[in-house]
Amino acid sequence: MNLLHAYDQVDIYLVLAAFLLATGVFGLIRRRTLIGMLISGELIFSAASLNFMALNHFAAPDPAAGQIFVLFIMGLAAAEVAIALSIIIAVYRNYRSINPRNLSELNS
Amino acid sequence: MSSLPIAEYIAAVIFFFCVATTVVGALIAVLATRIIRSVCGLMICCLGIAGLYYFLHSPFLALMEILIYIGAVCVTIMFTVMLAEPDEPACEKARGAAVLWGAAALAVGAAICWGLSRLSLAGKWTPAVTLVNDGSVEAIGVSLLTTYSMAFELISLVLLVAIIGALVIARPGRRQS
Repeated sequence: MNLLHAYDQVDIYLVLAAFLLATGVFGLIRRRTLIGMLISGELIFSAASLNFMALNHFAAPDPAAGQIFVLFIMGLAAAEVAIALSIIIAVYRNYRSINPRNLSELNS
Repeated sequence: MSSLPIAEYIAAVIFFFCVATTVVGALIAVLATRIIRSVCGLMICCLGIAGLYYFLHSPFLALMEILIYIGAVCVTIMFTVMLAEPDEPACEKARGAAVLWGAAALAVGAAICWGLSRLSLAGKWTPAVTLVNDGSVEAIGVSLLTTYSMAFELISLVLLVAIIGALVIARPGRRQS
């Protein structure tokens, strides 16, 4: 593997995407606040986008398709963040806390 | 790349700087205890990813990454952090359980990283023989308005529904009490 031309090889992008996905899942399990989980979810979105872009540039016959896909992923991430944050604010108004441990009203 | 030999070294240095930025940002985002630092880690990570998109010959998406992720998503998260004081309470007596969860999360993360890396390094990614277009902004625009016009309209509908839904959910209880 030629380090000088590492940016022209697909390997490092794919490994980096796997690393981002792993950190996202790690944070999703470890975090105990809703916003921390949301941030980990954004990392997972980024991992998927990077994977799409790498394979789009190195293996796909249509270079525009992957970019449009990533654009759609960004739009979905923005929509998801808007909804999740409004839910978090509504939860904070009702419970005066956003610790997921306190949100156990349905837990008999 | 170009005829200048030093240009290759500069490009390689910038590339590894982007990779390091992404890795460090992701680690800050999941490991910081204060949630505000975690948001800043997400910002750093997105900056590095934007640089990587530039190396993947897509300056348009690099701009969009900065605009949407850093400019919109992270700033919105910061607003919520200021509104709702989400800092984790100082860990009470459940110390052992936290360590156990951390170890389990680390194991799962390491397994995912190792497995996916092995899978992607073992695969043979053959470059495409013929390219349909050159992947420029113009080609993206033409594809958006022809092949993907339905998905384009649907994503605008999803964003509209998300805006209305966010307003409806966050609206009640705004009165001062």
